[in-house]
Amino acid sequence: MARAVSTRTRAIYTVIAWAIGLLIFFPILWIFLTSFKTEADAISDPPLFFFFDWTTENYGIVQERSNYVRFLYNSIIISVGSTILGLLIAVPAAWSMAFVPGKRTKDILLWMLSTKMLPAVGVLYPIVLIARSLGIYDTYVLLIGVLTLINLPIIVWMLYTYFKEIPVDILEAARMDGASLRNEILYVLTPMALPGIASTMLLNIILAWNEAFWTLTLTTVDAAPLTAFIASYSSPEGLFYAKLSAASTMAIAPILVMGWFSQKQLVRGLTFGAVK
Amino acid sequence: MATQHSRSAARLMMTPAVILLLGWMLVPLVMTLYFSFLDYRPLRGAFDCCVGFDNYVRFFTSSSFWPSVLTTLQMVGGVLAITVIGGIFLAMLLDQPIWGQGVVRILVIAPFFVMPTVSALVWKNMFMNPVNGLFAYLWKFFGLTPIDWLSELPLFSIIFIVSWQWLPFATLILLTAIQSLDSEQLEAAEMDGAGVVNRFFYIVLPHLARAITVVILIQTIFLLSIFAEIFVTTGGSFGTRTLTYLIYQRVIESQNIGLGSAGGIFAVILANIIAIFLMKIVGRNLDK
Repeated sequence: MARAVSTRTRAIYTVIAWAIGLLIFFPILWIFLTSFKTEADAISDPPLFFFFDWTTENYGIVQERSNYVRFLYNSIIISVGSTILGLLIAVPAAWSMAFVPGKRTKDILLWMLSTKMLPAVGVLYPIVLIARSLGIYDTYVLLIGVLTLINLPIIVWMLYTYFKEIPVDILEAARMDGASLRNEILYVLTPMALPGIASTMLLNIILAWNEAFWTLTLTTVDAAPLTAFIASYSSPEGLFYAKLSAASTMAIAPILVMGWFSQKQLVRGLTFGAVK
Repeated sequence: MATQHSRSAARLMMTPAVILLLGWMLVPLVMTLYFSFLDYRPLRGAFDCCVGFDNYVRFFTSSSFWPSVLTTLQMVGGVLAITVIGGIFLAMLLDQPIWGQGVVRILVIAPFFVMPTVSALVWKNMFMNPVNGLFAYLWKFFGLTPIDWLSELPLFSIIFIVSWQWLPFATLILLTAIQSLDSEQLEAAEMDGAGVVNRFFYIVLPHLARAITVVILIQTIFLLSIFAEIFVTTGGSFGTRTLTYLIYQRVIESQNIGLGSAGGIFAVILANIIAIFLMKIVGRNLDK
């Protein structure tokens, strides 16, 4: 509903919007700045904004002390792994529901969504118990499995809303020409669905990356991702703001960039198509 | 349209997703339900079958139950109030013609992508710390005594942190909704002499009603299971123990599986009540 307004009104709105935007963003900027300070500068009174001795030593120390790279590696394996596995399961399901809908399709979609509402804490112990008895506690298998399952409804829904927008005529034409089901999916549907699949993938990696209930409760050392790595900083000893900032910057930077690219898809993905 | 062959192939393609989700939902839930009727405390070697509704009675009558329900309501309610009102305001502001709109939008959305543990730890230490936190400097600058946020105002502090994370979500969705508002309608109302307030209450707000409902429902589901923010900041002390956190403590910390499971079943029922409303809205949208 953007309307033509005078330059003065526009200037006022611009100033207010930028002020609020910067205020909201400030904590992230502050993390970033602090990560380049020495520990002494990080707690200096008055606080230092830009004029301090920029140093990158914190990044080295964080890696040395707690082996950041290992947690990063775990985060990547778990978030990418669960996303790919989720897509492998969800693409056929969403495809069939979007293009060959049956009487029950709507019910199944809603039911899938309802599994997302299951409070994690309600099933925490059984999952821990199953994991322990299978000997997969604190492993990639467990984390990838659990994150795949908790995000599967979102993946199916997002894909479904994308697939729904692909004109059925094209698929019918392909069928007329004798394309097999496999070829239809591989050569007709997939190219058209690729942007949708890509954004679903992106959003899912973000969600899995930041997931902090299961990753904190189901890991100890081996499979612990960045969420657990950061949580280990919660009982600090001595000066640590700059190191905490360096660790935080490294944990959020990749996802922040991905998030900015996927902001449009975010609305669709997180409201299950209820708001477009 | 579809042949019998493609129909059955389609069913087959759906099967893995359905079976996995069915298993994911049923197996742990049935186990939790089963445990909730046991006196099961592995650390003490207690395993008594069939204690009836003892765990439920104990869970509901324990001195920490009602405070945790109250804390949960305050936390969810507080965050919802801040994010929805703030989100409407921000969405309307971002919808105005401003220079660099795309950049401001990116700045506003950013907190949503920050890992919950990072956000909680950074706020706790770098902002809310009573000695070295940025708020302490700000307070001293104005000649005030710095506040020890997380022990003096723990609930408010956590609400504040969580709101910072969820405000972008509300803003983004409400902005998407507001952009579909017909500007001619607003201009017509303006010409007919409707003031800013009337235009907001009679045109903008009704248009946003559905998006607001969706925001409230989705956020409620996520907020009911807030965990990391409490885990990292107060660990459930100082009256910040929500229902989710209470159950977590019963199950993991005190290893009273029966009691925790009874609480878990209660949480599942609570979430389902909210879920029903959300499903109705989403379902209505599917028919279009």
